[in-house]
Amino acid sequence: MEIVCPAGTPAALRAAVKAGAHTIYCGFADETNARNFPGLNFSREEMAEGIAFAHGHGSKVLIAINTFPRAGSESLWHAAVSDAETAGADAVILADIGLLAYAANNHPNLRRHLSVQAAAANADVINFYGSEFGVKRVVLPRVLSVPEIAAINKDTDIETEVFVFGGLCVMAEGRCSLSSYATGLSPNMNGVCSPASHVEYLEEDGHLSARLGGYTIHSVGKDEPAPYPTLCKGCFGAGDKTGHLFEDPVSLNAEQLIPQLAKAGVTALKIEGRQRSRSYVAQVVKNFRAAVDAVDAGRPLPEGMLARLSEGQAVTTGAYKKTWR
Amino acid sequence: MPLAPVSLVLTRLTRNMATRHSSMFRRLGEHDNARFLLDPTDLPVTLCLEPRQGQPKVTLHRTPPQADARIAGPLAALIGLVHGAYDGDALFFSRDLVIEGDTAAALALRNAVDDAELDIAAEIEALSGPFARPLHRLIDLAERRTGVALTRHEEDLLW
Repeated sequence: MEIVCPAGTPAALRAAVKAGAHTIYCGFADETNARNFPGLNFSREEMAEGIAFAHGHGSKVLIAINTFPRAGSESLWHAAVSDAETAGADAVILADIGLLAYAANNHPNLRRHLSVQAAAANADVINFYGSEFGVKRVVLPRVLSVPEIAAINKDTDIETEVFVFGGLCVMAEGRCSLSSYATGLSPNMNGVCSPASHVEYLEEDGHLSARLGGYTIHSVGKDEPAPYPTLCKGCFGAGDKTGHLFEDPVSLNAEQLIPQLAKAGVTALKIEGRQRSRSYVAQVVKNFRAAVDAVDAGRPLPEGMLARLSEGQAVTTGAYKKTWR
Repeated sequence: MPLAPVSLVLTRLTRNMATRHSSMFRRLGEHDNARFLLDPTDLPVTLCLEPRQGQPKVTLHRTPPQADARIAGPLAALIGLVHGAYDGDALFFSRDLVIEGDTAAALALRNAVDDAELDIAAEIEALSGPFARPLHRLIDLAERRTGVALTRHEEDLLW
């Protein structure tokens, strides 16, 4: 199986390549990609150099252009697609139907993948993206169980890619506007969920509070992990109850499900974390490369070592093994 | 320990880094005029970094000055971050690292430093003149005290 690894910087891209990534995904330093954070991402020149480095070592590079173009500003997104092809990208990862049509019409030789932001969660819609826009691979949203993924793969020839490690989003990617309510900015339109410019951490008497857009969204005691600064993982009081109303602050780790995902017909395993350091990228990629090599060779999976690197310091298998609580 | 001469040496080292890694300060973007307070919580001094658009200045203080962002943690964590040995998010979520003030500026600095692939030992090797010897001693001390390997021989051998 192919592992698709994150890179927020050229250094992280090189670290991923060195650690054994088959494929790296990254984005330009603007609103066209959904990880538009301070100090991250690639200039056009850095992208071309990064792709040349990856190709020189047998790895592929995918460029995420997965936000939704604003009316009147489509040229920014069109230029990103064109520059991706010029830089030598192996594919672009797109979410917006208009941008998919633009890419298919103007850059027919540039391979197109469907971003998780498009939330394509059944075979009918996936086949529609394939027939209308020539999409070759779909990144499945994190709402599906393993049997559901197997059912999709049975009814489509389009490759599927699934997340196996990293931060989890509210379950309908591309349709979440929570960040907009508190900050006016969202991952869908601006490439930033809970932008750092609106995040503040305050520590008083050992208690650490996370504030977003002036709202306190979680406060933890001295010995608890630091709270995550997004509304979806906030802790709120309603009536006489307090809890994580949207989702628990846990991170996805589906490493042990790799054999089942392979059996379900999945082509590629995606690691989340373009906002993480090159040290994280190197450790996670090494771990997953060893895991897929073991599965491909019919060996048992190696022991996982990634708990400490997980957001919130706690992990889940997410929707892959659905249970009610 | 007199702080002024050490501040001068650290400023010289950081300016050398700015020359050798120009993209590091470019990555700071709109935060290249921010003041960053780096606070090793196991030492009695704090370090103030002012990138000043690629003309950085570093000063040591016994009483922390006003700053836009404060990044605090054990010396080992801070050095490990600069050297790229540790992941900033993991240190933050485990509460080994504290970030206060302008989170965006702190994030930009973290990402810029991470991308620069700084090799602290190599940076000191590149520093000539009267500053080199005291810095070598300082780094030896930091290496012993933190347990963070400040050379990349192992990593280079793998590639």
